[in-house]
Amino acid sequence: MKARLKKLMKKKTLLFMCLPAIAFFFVFSYLPMPGVWLAFVQFNYKDGIFGSKFVGLDNFRFLVMSGQLWMLTKNTILYNLAFILAGNILQVTVAILFNEMVGKFLRAYKKFAQSVMFLPYFISTVVIGVFAYNFLNVQTGVINSMLRQMERDTINFYSIPQLWPFIIVLVYLWQYTGYGSIVYFAAIMGIDSEMMEASEIDGANAFQRIRYILLPCLKPTFIILLLFALGGIMKGNFGLFYNLTGASNTALYNKTDIIETFVFRCLNVSFNFSSGSAVGLYQSLFGFALVMTVNTIVKKIEPDYSLF
Amino acid sequence: MPETLDLQSSMSTDEKLRKLDSGNKVVDKTQRAIQIFGVFLTGFICLLCILPFVLIISSSFTAEKSITLHGFSLIPREFSLSAYDLIFKNPKMVLGSYLVTIGLTVTGTTVGLFIIAMTGYALQRPDFPLRNHISFYIYFTTLFSGGLIPFYMVVTRTLKLKDSYFAVLLPLMMSPWLIILMKNFLKSIPHSITESATIDGAGDFYIFLRIILPTATPALATVGLFLALNYWNEWYNSMLFLSSKVTYRPLQLFLYNTVNEAKYIRDSAAASNIPAVDIPLESMKMATAVVATGPIIFVYPFVQKYFIQGITVGAVKG
Repeated sequence: MKARLKKLMKKKTLLFMCLPAIAFFFVFSYLPMPGVWLAFVQFNYKDGIFGSKFVGLDNFRFLVMSGQLWMLTKNTILYNLAFILAGNILQVTVAILFNEMVGKFLRAYKKFAQSVMFLPYFISTVVIGVFAYNFLNVQTGVINSMLRQMERDTINFYSIPQLWPFIIVLVYLWQYTGYGSIVYFAAIMGIDSEMMEASEIDGANAFQRIRYILLPCLKPTFIILLLFALGGIMKGNFGLFYNLTGASNTALYNKTDIIETFVFRCLNVSFNFSSGSAVGLYQSLFGFALVMTVNTIVKKIEPDYSLF
Repeated sequence: MPETLDLQSSMSTDEKLRKLDSGNKVVDKTQRAIQIFGVFLTGFICLLCILPFVLIISSSFTAEKSITLHGFSLIPREFSLSAYDLIFKNPKMVLGSYLVTIGLTVTGTTVGLFIIAMTGYALQRPDFPLRNHISFYIYFTTLFSGGLIPFYMVVTRTLKLKDSYFAVLLPLMMSPWLIILMKNFLKSIPHSITESATIDGAGDFYIFLRIILPTATPALATVGLFLALNYWNEWYNSMLFLSSKVTYRPLQLFLYNTVNEAKYIRDSAAASNIPAVDIPLESMKMATAVVATGPIIFVYPFVQKYFIQGITVGAVKG
């Protein structure tokens, strides 16, 4: 013990260098953690978190009974599944197609196309909300203006919940296809080029090369990215949902309300801090269990890639 | 840092393929077909990626009358500068927002980057006994969190930062992901440099400041740009913590208010003595979006390669 302490004393500068970060995570991540107690009390401002009346699991019971917890869980998970599946398939496809673009002209095109497809990643979700408004709003939106010109009935997108799963998934693909295809493109670049060349000499055509070499080589990366994405399946993209559907559009909640947007409303609209905290705690615990499970699986199939 | 090495070796793979391609002309029929399909599919996606930008720019230059009559369109039916006129006739709000966002971005990125680099350097030092403990302490925050409401309570009640720019500045300053990214980057600087400097009598902080920082510019650029992008696009904490008591809101929140609350546009029209009927409500929303996004589009071509570097280093083992 003494020897270890002495060893540490010799490196105390390094410890000091970590102190700002340690303090940062203490204040913004660890200090809020005891606040999960909110989920078990009936919160009122005057008495504070720890002085409010303890109600046990009543907050959870109410959320389950009202069916709200189930709806939020269902929406969050289904949206994430759609994002993960559609997103990854499109990203791999694009990366493979880019990889086949050889020759001077196609190479220049590829560079340009990659830049263009990466651009949406840089745009704030507020601006994405403006984009959607420009397309979809009933009076002046592009789609409805076109329908009007063709003398067809207009569609009030912001009041038809059934349309939103498609819209939201499309916008997600719009924003992340470029980003994700870069990850897969890098993975393709990591594949041993000798295998490719050998197959070419053996007379494999491009399709066979993709089918029998590229795809099998990408499988581990694909599975691992997929697994970690599944680990985060309880986390939602608040900005995207909030800005796309409009802040207080109750008509769409049934199909578009996810855990993040619900908790936000508990904080900012209904001031129901205890319900919001209960949902938040449920999300954290569920998410924690998921990541642990995923990590155990990854550790079994590809120990190098496990998180810890 | 195998991923960057892969990228480099990929260059040579590309070179080889190109030689193969131009030398023997071995682009077979299936490959040609795949290429044609590829150009069509990616071209289509590219069009979709560009389209919204063209639409909001064009809409922002369209006369309000034409928008209410015919809706937004790809090419302005009736060209007009009235939306921009109105924004810049009374530029106090926009300029204020710009200054707040620039101030937050510059301060947050500089301070955050320094702390992240310092932490990343210490955590990748193989001779630092606490490196695994501290790494786990930081990483654990991504596994479990208290949730939004307890976080909100800490910022507003414990730190008392409601309506303070610090509530926006501080939470974005670092993230576990960026610290791990920095750590992975700095690992590629040989430890022997640190060792030999130690033998020469240099202290750890001095080594970091004078030797590591100057050699790590690509890493600093990448992590710094991720930070800067987060600050520029930030609206969430602003919305949570800055109430209407704060006159100058960060740019994205200003845009959010302009789009969602017509009141903001009416106020600014009133300040410029424009009668309510002549307010270019719709084109104003679009023009504000253009003003808020413009700088990003402008610097994008110069910085995108750093982001690509960051994604390929950080993505596989994040």
